[in-house]
Parts: sequence; C-alpha cells; structure tokens
Amino acid sequence: MKVLVAVKRVVDFNVKVRIKPDGSDVDIAGVKMGINPFDENAVEEALRLKERGKASEVVAVSLGGSVNQDVLRHALAMGVDRAILVETDAVLQPLGVAKLLKAVVEREQPDLIILGKQAIDSDAGQTGQMLAALLGVGQGVAISAIEVWDEEIVVTREIDGGTETLALRLPAVITADLRLNEPRYVKLPNLMMAKKKPIQTLAAAELGVDAGPRLTQRQVADPPARKAGSKVASVQELVEKLRVEAKVLP
Amino acid sequence: MSVLLLAEHDGHKLKQATRQAVTAARSWQAPIHILIVGHDTAALAEEAAAIAGVAQVIRADAEHLAHLLAEDVADLLVRHGRGYAVILAPHTSFSKNVLPRAAALLDVAMVADVIAISAPKSYVRAIYAGNIAATVESGDAVQIVTVRASSFTAATDGGAASITAWDVPTTTSLTRWLGEKRNVSDRPALATARVVVSGGRSLGSAEQFEAVLAPLAQALNAALGATRAAVDAGYAPNDIQVGQTGTVVAPELYIAVGVSGAIQHTAGMKDSKVIVAINQDPDAPIFQVADYGLVANLFEAVPALVAALRTSAQR
Ligand SMILES: Cc1cc2nc3c(=O)[nH]c(=O)nc-3n(C[C@H](O)[C@H](O)[C@H](O)COP(=O)(O)OP(=O)(O)OC[C@H]3O[C@@H](n4cnc5c(N)ncnc54)[C@H](O)[C@@H]3O)c2cc1C
Ligand SMILES: Nc1ncnc2c1ncn2[C@@H]1O[C@H](COP(=O)(O)O)[C@@H](O)[C@H]1O
Repeated sequence: MKVLVAVKRVVDFNVKVRIKPDGSDVDIAGVKMGINPFDENAVEEALRLKERGKASEVVAVSLGGSVNQDVLRHALAMGVDRAILVETDAVLQPLGVAKLLKAVVEREQPDLIILGKQAIDSDAGQTGQMLAALLGVGQGVAISAIEVWDEEIVVTREIDGGTETLALRLPAVITADLRLNEPRYVKLPNLMMAKKKPIQTLAAAELGVDAGPRLTQRQVADPPARKAGSKVASVQELVEKLRVEAKVLP
Repeated sequence: MSVLLLAEHDGHKLKQATRQAVTAARSWQAPIHILIVGHDTAALAEEAAAIAGVAQVIRADAEHLAHLLAEDVADLLVRHGRGYAVILAPHTSFSKNVLPRAAALLDVAMVADVIAISAPKSYVRAIYAGNIAATVESGDAVQIVTVRASSFTAATDGGAASITAWDVPTTTSLTRWLGEKRNVSDRPALATARVVVSGGRSLGSAEQFEAVLAPLAQALNAALGATRAAVDAGYAPNDIQVGQTGTVVAPELYIAVGVSGAIQHTAGMKDSKVIVAINQDPDAPIFQVADYGLVANLFEAVPALVAALRTSAQR
C-alpha cells in the first residue's frame, strides 16, 4: 500500500499573529512557521503503517512557495520516503488545493491519502473532504484510530457526542485528528540528513488545473476584546459577585 | 431563489443548532427550506414545520440514510441542491463532514464557521484560533456556508410549513457504517447549556475529574467541558473538548477549573457572557479573559464553591 500525506506550512501554533497596518491580512513576515500540527499526525500515522508492514512507501506533498521545502524536510526527517513540492505563489484555498492534490494523486496512484483535519491558520477543515469528492472515493474525517483490513481501512472518527467507526473501501482519503497518535520527535541528525535528500518540484501551472481562489478576503480585524476582569479573594466573594453583580446565579 | 438549511438532529429531535441556523438563514430574506435527512423522519419533519420563518420542509428518508454517511448525503445535495442560492448548516461534525464534499462536487467554495452574515455573499469568520476575524466574500453561484450556532439566537415555534419529499439516490457503497459510541450523560448538552464547567489536566485523573466537577455541574445544572490536555490524558471524553478543534460554546456562565487558558482553548469559550477562572497560578493566561478570577487550589476551592452554592440556594 502506498500512502500520500499532505503537509501545509503554517504559522507556529504558539505565535499570536498580528494584523498588517492596512487591515488587508495578517502579517506573517518574520513569524515562526512550521508544519501544521494535524499534518504531523498524518505523517506519523503513515510512518507507523509502514513500520507495521502495511504500507510500502510514504510520500509527502506540500503546495506553496519554495519556502515550503522546510516542512517537507521535516517530513523527510520524520522518515517519509519521498517529498514533492507543488510550487505556486498563488493564493491557495481548500477547493484549489484539493484540485491540485487530485492531479498529484493521479500521477502517484496512492491507495491511501492522509491529510490533517484542519489547517490551524485558516481553520477551514475542508480539503480532505473536497479531495475525496473530486476523486470519487470514500472519506474518513477527524480520525483518531486506524486499522487496515484487506481491501478496506477501518477508521474511528471523532464526532459530536462520541465516536463513529467506518470501513472505507480503498483508495480513500482520511483526515487526522490530534488524538490519532503522538508524533515522533525529530532528531537533529535526521534533520541534517533530510537537508541532503532531494525534493521533487512540480510547477502548479503544469498540472493543468484551475486552482484559483473563489473567496475574496476583504479585511481582517481583531475580534472584540473582553474587558479586563478582577480577582476575588474568596469563594464567598465569588458567589456574591456572581449573584449580585453578574446576576448569573439566582 | 431559496435557502436550503441542512437540519442537525439526533434521529428523534432537532438539535437547538438547527433553530439557531434558521435565524442565520433569515439574513437572505428568501424562503427557507429545511432538509431533514435520515430514516423515520416524520416526527422530525413535523417539528421543523412548526419553526417560525420556515417556508418548506423537505424529507430525504431512506433506510441507508439512517447513519448519514457523507458520501450519500453529499450525493443527495448535489442531485437536488443546484437550484438553491444558499446551502447552509450549523457548524457541527455532521456538516463539516458533508458540506465540503458537496461543495467540491458542485465546484463551489465553502465558507466555514461563520459568526456574522452580510447577505447575499459576505461573511465574518474566525481564523487563527479565533485571534482574527476575517471578512470574506464568495463569488460562487451557490453559497455553501456553515454557521457557528452560538452566534445566532434560536428561532422559536410559530410556523406551519408544508412538508414534501425528495427522491433519494441509492447508496454510493464507498463506505460502510460499522458502529458508534455515544457518550451518554444526563447533564445538559455542552453546545447549548446555560452554564458550562470545564476542567483541565490539573484534575489529575478521570475519577477526580468526575468527583470534583460533577457536584459543581449538578449544583449549577451545568454541562461539563474539558481542555484538550484533559481529553488526551483520558480524563474526559473527546466530545466535550472545548476550543479551536473542539466545540465552541458561549454560555451565560463559564467556569474554567485548573485550565491554563491557551489560545486554542479560549477560542472555544471567550464569547461566554461571564467567565470565572479558578487556578492556583496568579499569572495563568486564563485570568486575562476571566471576569472573576480566584487564585486557589481547585481541590479546595471547588468543594467550597459547591457548599456555598448549596447554602445560598437554601436561603
Ligand atoms: C493544533 C492544536 C489544537 C488544539 N486545540 C485545543 C482545543 O480545541 N482545546 C483545548 O483546550 N486545547 C487545545 N490545544 C491544546 C492547548 O494548546 C493547551 O495545551 C491545552 O488547552 C492545555 O490544557 P490545560 O489547561 O488543561 O493544561 P495546562 O496547560 O497544563 O494547564 C493546567 C493549569 O492548571 C493549573 N493548576 C494545576 N494544579 C492546580 C490546582 N491544584 N488548582 C488550581 N489550578 C491548578 C496550572 O496552574 C495550569 O494553569 C490545541 C493545541 C494544538 C497544538
Ligand atoms: N498548501 C497545502 N499544502 C499541502 N497540504 C495542504 C495545503 N493546504 C491544506 N492542506 C491539507 O489539507 C488539510 C486541511 O486543510 P484546511 O482544509 O485548509 O483546513 C491540511 O491539514 C493539509 O493536510
């Protein structure tokens, strides 16, 4: 079984992003970037499938500028066999990413495609489902466990109110939730070695798909701030304040 | 042109989020059609028909729709949905699974987790874990949108819509449903509770999570919530995680117990009306969003709070 994993380059989850002075977008110049956390789970799971003898090859793919090489190197350092950069400077949105990934899938013919359940910058949570639709295959969204059967993969999804178990006919697309696994720590020597590995580059334009943006971002703003609260000295004071001041207790 | 609203239900009752989405759907000032997908949906259809402002209820009823597989529901939407100006649903695990698939098949974009609508095609949504509010416009012919239920009030009864049915395509058979695990609780549902009590990693074990927080939840008729750290550690079930990647709540009162206040957590609760934080670290970031902060050991403060609530209730 061949596994394809999609990794996005995003602002590090610890960074509090700022807005550009003209309010057109967030300002990510000089900000710490890294692999989308959910995609790290996706890579980890693909590697575990290989280590368990279920997968024969793991290929990582990222879409974006040449700077995206860093997240592909991260994936290589974790242990993926090959890395592909689909290079474009265009604005990428889930539908466009899904169309480009579909073209990569047609070239690579993987049996299983793993994405993250959501990119933590745009918080869209759509690309995996869109890719599955375009490929005409089944989907497992927000997966916290995987089991490989013969022609099928059995997945546990996290849903409102509990979990759900599905059997997906292969090929299929799944999206990783954070509880799928604990990604391995990338050791420095591995990172050094990954620097020497080749990354295959495809120009997005050559894939022959219209991946242009459909949504226009008009402006970004800070969400309404909460007014600063106060500390209470005791449980009694808290109950009193909640009753008299906030009026949320009878 | 009408608005098609994909109803959220548990097989027996509509979820409150469906009523909140009805309010969102009114933004277009166009007829609202509610689509109920499932099996044995007659009672659900009656319930939907009674919501004020609903023009039409549509049933898509078939045995194979009992488990709402994304492949089948998306097929259904693609077969019948093209004529609608808007396809809308509350932002839940069901719609997050189905609507992107339908959007791709219709070759349109999707706008997820919208907190404000400026019809016909402009929206505000939170990005970067709720740190930024982005205004976006979709130029597509069908607007596919999920709305954050807590940002809209629930529509009440008062309607008398007619009920029709769609014919249902056969199952795609791409996926088989094997089973589900529902976390049963007699506490109020997290998404709609008036009060939420949330616990963090500091509760230390599943037993203590329950033993310390359940009496407080009971005293306040509250739902329980949890941080990702508490869920990952196995102290609480996954479906009560509050935050960027869990449920977003906006209750009247939110009590965060032993929660540090990471942005991924506050993304899911900072629209609560009143926030209380109990944490032993006076510098914990949670105090920056709390209206009332109590610096204390939770294992002492929570039982004391339960006792104080009981005495004040008796007065
Ligand atoms: C991609 C991504 C998505 C995420 N999504 C979410 C999400 O949706 N929801 C979420 O919650 N998190 C999420 N997280 C995790 C988040 O970043 C934090 O790690 C998590 O919220 C911390 O949980 P916590 O507050 O329970 O634990 P900690 O950060 O460990 O905090 C424990 C707190 O308890 C206090 N404490 C300890 N003992 C006591 C005591 N006896 N009495 C009183 N106080 C005490 C400490 O002072 C501390 O402030 C996400 C992270 C990533 C990377
Ligand atoms: N530019 C990209 N390059 C590679 N993968 C991506 C890209 N954008 C999105 N993805 C994948 O799609 C997932 C979900 O993204 P989203 O739908 O934007 O929340 C991510 O976790 C990635 O696995």
